[in-house]
Amino acid sequence: MTQATAPAASSSSSPAPPAAQKDGRTAQRSLGRRVLARPEVGALIAAIGVYAFFFAVAPSFRETSSLATVLYQASVMGIMALPVALLMIGGEFDLSAGVAVTTSALTAAILSFQLTVNVWTGVFVALIVSLAVGAFNGWLLIKTGLPSFLVTLGSFLILQGSNLAVTKIFTDNVASDSIADMDGFDQAKSLFASEIGIGGVDFKITIFYWLAFAAIATWLLLRTKFGNWIFAVGGNKDSARAVGVPVNFTKIALFMGVGAGAWFVGMHLLFSFNTVQSNEGVGNEFLYIIAAVIGGCLLTGGYGSAIGPVIGAFIFGMVNQGIVYANWNPDWFKAFLGVMLLIAALVNLWVRSQATRR
Amino acid sequence: MDRTFNPRSRRVAPFFVMAAASALLIAGCSSGSGGKEAEEGGADASAGKADTPQMTVAMVTHAGQGDTFWDIVRKGAQTAADKDNVKLVYSNDPNAANQANLVQNAIDQKVDGIAVTLAKPDAMKDVIAKAEKAGIPVVGLNSGMDVWQEQGLLSFFGQDETVSGEAFGKKLNETGAKHAVCVIHEQGNVSLEARCAGVKKTFEGETENLYVNGTDMPSVKSTVTAKLKQDTSIDEVITLGAPIALTSVQSVDDAGSKAKVATFDLNKELTDAIKAGDIEFAVDQQPYLQGYLAVDSLWLYKNNGNYSGGGEEPVLTGPAFVDKDNVDTIAKFAAKGNR
Repeated sequence: MTQATAPAASSSSSPAPPAAQKDGRTAQRSLGRRVLARPEVGALIAAIGVYAFFFAVAPSFRETSSLATVLYQASVMGIMALPVALLMIGGEFDLSAGVAVTTSALTAAILSFQLTVNVWTGVFVALIVSLAVGAFNGWLLIKTGLPSFLVTLGSFLILQGSNLAVTKIFTDNVASDSIADMDGFDQAKSLFASEIGIGGVDFKITIFYWLAFAAIATWLLLRTKFGNWIFAVGGNKDSARAVGVPVNFTKIALFMGVGAGAWFVGMHLLFSFNTVQSNEGVGNEFLYIIAAVIGGCLLTGGYGSAIGPVIGAFIFGMVNQGIVYANWNPDWFKAFLGVMLLIAALVNLWVRSQATRR
Repeated sequence: MDRTFNPRSRRVAPFFVMAAASALLIAGCSSGSGGKEAEEGGADASAGKADTPQMTVAMVTHAGQGDTFWDIVRKGAQTAADKDNVKLVYSNDPNAANQANLVQNAIDQKVDGIAVTLAKPDAMKDVIAKAEKAGIPVVGLNSGMDVWQEQGLLSFFGQDETVSGEAFGKKLNETGAKHAVCVIHEQGNVSLEARCAGVKKTFEGETENLYVNGTDMPSVKSTVTAKLKQDTSIDEVITLGAPIALTSVQSVDDAGSKAKVATFDLNKELTDAIKAGDIEFAVDQQPYLQGYLAVDSLWLYKNNGNYSGGGEEPVLTGPAFVDKDNVDTIAKFAAKGNR
């Protein structure tokens, strides 16, 4: 599969027509080289390395139930990292992604509680709000021509402030009221926050959504016209427009994708923890970007994959929990994390340079 | 060009359809249980109103935005302000330099009193000296118990974090716990470290610290789960904030551990969890009282020359234990977000 999809990805990443395979200037690259040229391969090698490392040093890391815990953390981060990665391939950032998750959860919780309605109503309205936030980001970006860094920094602050102020207005507290005893809660919980037992180990349902969403995103990116548009607008916006790619539509859709992801993760938070504090989520936008970057997406756009951020989030989850499983001195926690992430990123970089070298 | 998507023309109509649909949905789907309708109302604490001339008090804390604990402090301060005919100017910033600027701002406004937290005492030293030079009385609350006197503050209201940690450790000895993990949800926070250090001092079993990212609940949940799996001899999880405690209950369940959960600080969901037996006990430092007394003491000083704590000793607001025996009394105050 990798072999078949590689040329599609590389040709769509640059608007120029692909070079002829046998013009005598370049030899046909070997299968190994072509595999290495995939954006996520560096991350995959790093992931295997990190996994082997913790497997060796931390006995409790070897249990299947530990893997379920690692995968859970990776999945919550990874579900958001997917649309964020697609957006990055499309050449834009979203700094509001972290607090947008909290906004969605708060919207659903406060609306359901204040109006005393079935929680599904809150869930539905939260989806509209999240998509609207994404559409607003994209629309403002296109209308103003400002860099996405600035536009989404603005919406980050707006959302952060609104999360606090609106929660305070309605609940008189800074956390949402518990909706655990309301109609529809159990249904919604089983959809967004249940567990599935496989072989005596409980896996959180987010893990399965995460993998399913990754499959959909991969299909979208490599097998559809929209996928080509994403690569095109991230590579060179003006040439993309010149060859008829609907640049504005693509960018707004990508931002709305991030909104949809924020909604999904927000619902998971709400239904697994019952209440949401209005200061949560700040800083997570960087984790999503980190996962995408470790997974091989370029900060400049036009290059990357959907499976890459899955691996990136998995590495992050392994490092985060592996330090605990290995029972290292917790004072060094963040420092360990930073070193491991740097190593992962460097391995990734090295593999890519090896692969593109002739 | 023609194919370029125009967001204005095509999006407005669907938007109104969605809005109308959602309005219908809201009207049709009311919940039979829970929600606002189910919550019984109740008047907030009130003790009449003083007829003294209005004074202005600035409260400047190191709180981050949207933190439940600090919201309770502020509510206490506001209640006292309303009662004492005080205009309360509340501001906060977790960054020490910014907090010092906010105090300077209060001095510039020529307020009649300042209540301040000293989480990073050295950074606040100069500006507090300035306030005192300008003749503005300053009281401390919450953090800074070791330095309030040398910085010339009038009074101090709070709990000694080490003392409350020690009380916590003693309580754990009674419950028969052997191996505890102390979950710190903000790395580098001095008072959180002091609590865990206090527990370590008096607790006869073994303790160790675990750092988690307190603004990311899934990460808190999996990190605590990981720790419980890594060391199955852990039989007690100590948390330093109510939301972290509630999440840790889920972690214990996920890890299939037999560990119990006990915590510092309260909120309304936590009182329910104590009632249900999910959480053993909570140590409450009574943030409402800290805010209330800080403002009230400034009023007393101005109108009656009183020194709360006699100017020599801090006024302790904790540690107050909340467990199954007294939770029913406290739950009704917690429900209003005041405990």
